[in-house]
Amino acid sequence: MILISCPNCGPRDETEFHYGGQAHVAYPEDPYALTDEEWGRYLFYRENPKGLFAERWVHSGGCRKWFNAIRDTTTYRIAAVYRMGETQPSLVSGEKTGEKIAGGAK
Amino acid sequence: MAEQTLIAPITELRRSPAAHLAAEFAAAEVAGPYSVALREVPFQTMVGLRVAPGTDAARRVEERLGTALPARCGEVAQGADSSVLWLGPDEFLAVSSADPAHATAHLVEALGGDPGSVVDLSANRTTFELKGTAARDVLEKGCPLGLHPRAFAVGSAYATQLGPVPILLWKTGSDSWEIFPRASFADYLGRWLLDAMREFHAAP
Repeated sequence: MILISCPNCGPRDETEFHYGGQAHVAYPEDPYALTDEEWGRYLFYRENPKGLFAERWVHSGGCRKWFNAIRDTTTYRIAAVYRMGETQPSLVSGEKTGEKIAGGAK
Repeated sequence: MAEQTLIAPITELRRSPAAHLAAEFAAAEVAGPYSVALREVPFQTMVGLRVAPGTDAARRVEERLGTALPARCGEVAQGADSSVLWLGPDEFLAVSSADPAHATAHLVEALGGDPGSVVDLSANRTTFELKGTAARDVLEKGCPLGLHPRAFAVGSAYATQLGPVPILLWKTGSDSWEIFPRASFADYLGRWLLDAMREFHAAP
């Protein structure tokens, strides 16, 4: 069982959460201007990295709020959580402990 | 002469979601060193509040409640005639024994036309009261939260699960808990608790 730290509620069992896919996928400014291929890429194409990945999660069994988490897809360690609308913390390259976060920069 | 029909006040016709289990709850009470007792507290007034803290609307609602809105997960604010539970950063539940229509109307008036909502949710949930020295042992059979007094202080309330049922769990005293399941889960959760209490009958 993974403990996930909700920004509002603190650490809770993963069973209280639901997954929402890749974070920071912006809605196109003018969807009508897109070709079918570009629209298809927006809808269905997602990153699938080995390593750190910014994802959306919702604490459905608690405060019911969405938030972002940076999870290592190989170790399942959650390196950072941050609220919706907050800037994605840039993690130090080679960072593996999940403790230190160099925040701020995009 | 027109026929007249006497209509009993609608509140006398209500049946609480676990009314049919009252006798079983009473029979399951355990005395002695591992005491535990379960009963339903029917028809508590619960008003759901959605308002962003720090706004003018929140200040008017706080004035009407007689307390500041709880600021953190687990916090319960004691108002003039209600207790306000934290459900989310902008979501709260005012629990009282006041008349639901009045309690809701007052808060609707306080919210005014600002963004937010005030909804009478009294029929959404029922209340189980679990008391006794073994009450924590009963809850620990199915609750993923840490219930030790060090982690779960008297007077705090959290949204969590009991078995598979989503509940609000409010610790009202050192050995007493209030459990708010949705009405449709009341029968299942009542029987789940009866089953979890059974072993303490055999305790010396």
